[in-house]
Amino acid sequence: MEIKKELPEVFNDFGEMRKKSFLAAYEMKQKNIPFVGTFCTYFPQELAMAMGACVVGLCSTSDETIPEAEKDLPRNLCPLIKSSYGFAKTDKCPYFYFSDLIVGETTCDGKKKMYEYLGQFKPVYTMELPNSQSPVALELWTKEVIKLKEKLESHFEVTITDEAVREQVKIMNNVRRALKEFYSLCKNEPVPMLGQDMFKILYGSTYKFDKANLAGEIHALTEKIQKEYEENPNKYPKAPRILVTGCPIGGGAEKCIKAIEDNGGHVVVFENCSGAKSCDREVDENNPDIYAAIAERYLSIGCSVMTPNPNRLELLDRLIDEYKVDAVVEVTLQACHTYNVETLGIKRFVNEKKGIPYMAVETDYSTADIGQLNTRMAAFIEML
Amino acid sequence: MLTLGIDSGSTTTKGALFDGEKIVRTAILPTSANPKDSITKLYDILYNQDVAYTVSTGYGRALLDQADKQITEITCHARGAAFLNPSIRAIVDIGGQDCKAILLDNGLNVVDFIMNDKCAAGTGRFIEVMMRILEEDISNIDQFVEGHQPMNITSMCTVFAESEIVSLLAKGADKGDIALGIINSICRRTSFFAQKLNLSGDIFFSGGLAKFEIFRSTLEGYLKIPVHTSPLSQYAGAIGAAVIGYNKVNRTQI
Repeated sequence: MEIKKELPEVFNDFGEMRKKSFLAAYEMKQKNIPFVGTFCTYFPQELAMAMGACVVGLCSTSDETIPEAEKDLPRNLCPLIKSSYGFAKTDKCPYFYFSDLIVGETTCDGKKKMYEYLGQFKPVYTMELPNSQSPVALELWTKEVIKLKEKLESHFEVTITDEAVREQVKIMNNVRRALKEFYSLCKNEPVPMLGQDMFKILYGSTYKFDKANLAGEIHALTEKIQKEYEENPNKYPKAPRILVTGCPIGGGAEKCIKAIEDNGGHVVVFENCSGAKSCDREVDENNPDIYAAIAERYLSIGCSVMTPNPNRLELLDRLIDEYKVDAVVEVTLQACHTYNVETLGIKRFVNEKKGIPYMAVETDYSTADIGQLNTRMAAFIEML
Repeated sequence: MLTLGIDSGSTTTKGALFDGEKIVRTAILPTSANPKDSITKLYDILYNQDVAYTVSTGYGRALLDQADKQITEITCHARGAAFLNPSIRAIVDIGGQDCKAILLDNGLNVVDFIMNDKCAAGTGRFIEVMMRILEEDISNIDQFVEGHQPMNITSMCTVFAESEIVSLLAKGADKGDIALGIINSICRRTSFFAQKLNLSGDIFFSGGLAKFEIFRSTLEGYLKIPVHTSPLSQYAGAIGAAVIGYNKVNRTQI
């Protein structure tokens, strides 16, 4: 197939920043690099990387395109889904625009139904993600991983070899290890960096497309921060140590991290999609069946779309101890049913099993609630 | 030595002076469109040379230049309510633009809290809007609803409840029955909300509505836990701020 190489018609109306990111993507496309757009940490990146594709995250986090999305979608729907759909419709996101194939998974109800409409004007392929982690579910998901490989091969008219997949698994494991080593810096007390800065690196790393060199870059950054910390360990004063969990919090919802840190807390670890949730587990490189190894690793992600969801508690349990966490803040997006329902279970676990305070805040990508968020975070931190 | 606490709320600005044992003076002003003016005006009314420390709280807490410290209304309400009645273990506050429930431990420290903030339903604003439609002054509410039968008001939304009431009025419904229905509606909603916390001990009811017996007794009926108020309920946040300020000064002197 021919990959998409032209800029969109609306390009000239864009601001400088947006033009720049479009041109960066444009240049990659001129080198014949296909783009595979994805929404979720469940997407087995190694498969697309094995055919030389660039894997781009399409989860959008700005309320700019929500009015456009609400022409088609209900207003009372998660802002991430609306924002993403809106960017797809308006050609305002370079990654959406240049995606030669978009891969979704049957994760939450809102997303999987949105993909049906998205598929009417974009090339969409939806993987069937089971909603439990049973042996039967793993069997289905392993088949889905192989089906995805076959879809990529037929759609892009390429062959994906097992060796190439295995090589990408090693590269991605290195990236996961490097990111984990990076955020582990915040096990130190006082912290060597602010949570908001740590988050920028974690989130930003998903938009670094040269994955082979990414681990090295992150490692160098980790060493630099480590060295600075040894020279000046008291750059940041001691403060209550907060774990942030819940929905994806890039973009508009980053205001929650800022509200915590502006009001006297430090976010020391993220149990979110761009944090520990997607770095903690590696793919077993030594499994003779590399597809089974990939399926096993991705299915074990502790997202609230799973029922039951024991791996989220297992990870939280470990992070709370390892990072000497004083309190947990859960950030959920409005109308994200699975995370919102799960807040009760997480609260019970954190209060009763771990014996520390917990607070949940439900938010969206607007700035309407910044005053209230500040009051809540300040009151929560005063309580510690 | 005195300490001053000022609570800059969305509807009213309250202040209290504390001498270490009792509240010696309070003052209240409506919060104007310029809340900085209101909080500064209240400061000027209450401040005297014996005041050693000033704590501001409430939505406008950052606006008082003379404040020594800003503390959120959650912490201040809890402290103020516990000062007014040390037997309580939870606070329900119905404010002008939000509603909060706070849980205390036996040491009267805040252990958990929830706030509603997305909507005017369940806040003082809801009742204000409804009373305006009924053309009744809220200050006479206890007498106004006495002996009436509550009508069922089902709309959760302030705007929809307004149209529900307009259509009840059009059908010739009794205004006292409607008003009691509104009170039931807000108290029922508040009790569902507060029960999200593990309430067990007695409750202190604060905020501007706490001065009306009908709200206290209705809320108690839904919560099935003793609900207390105080003549100073509306000042709970300001009192808490003053008490916290006093403890701060004392601690640094020791």
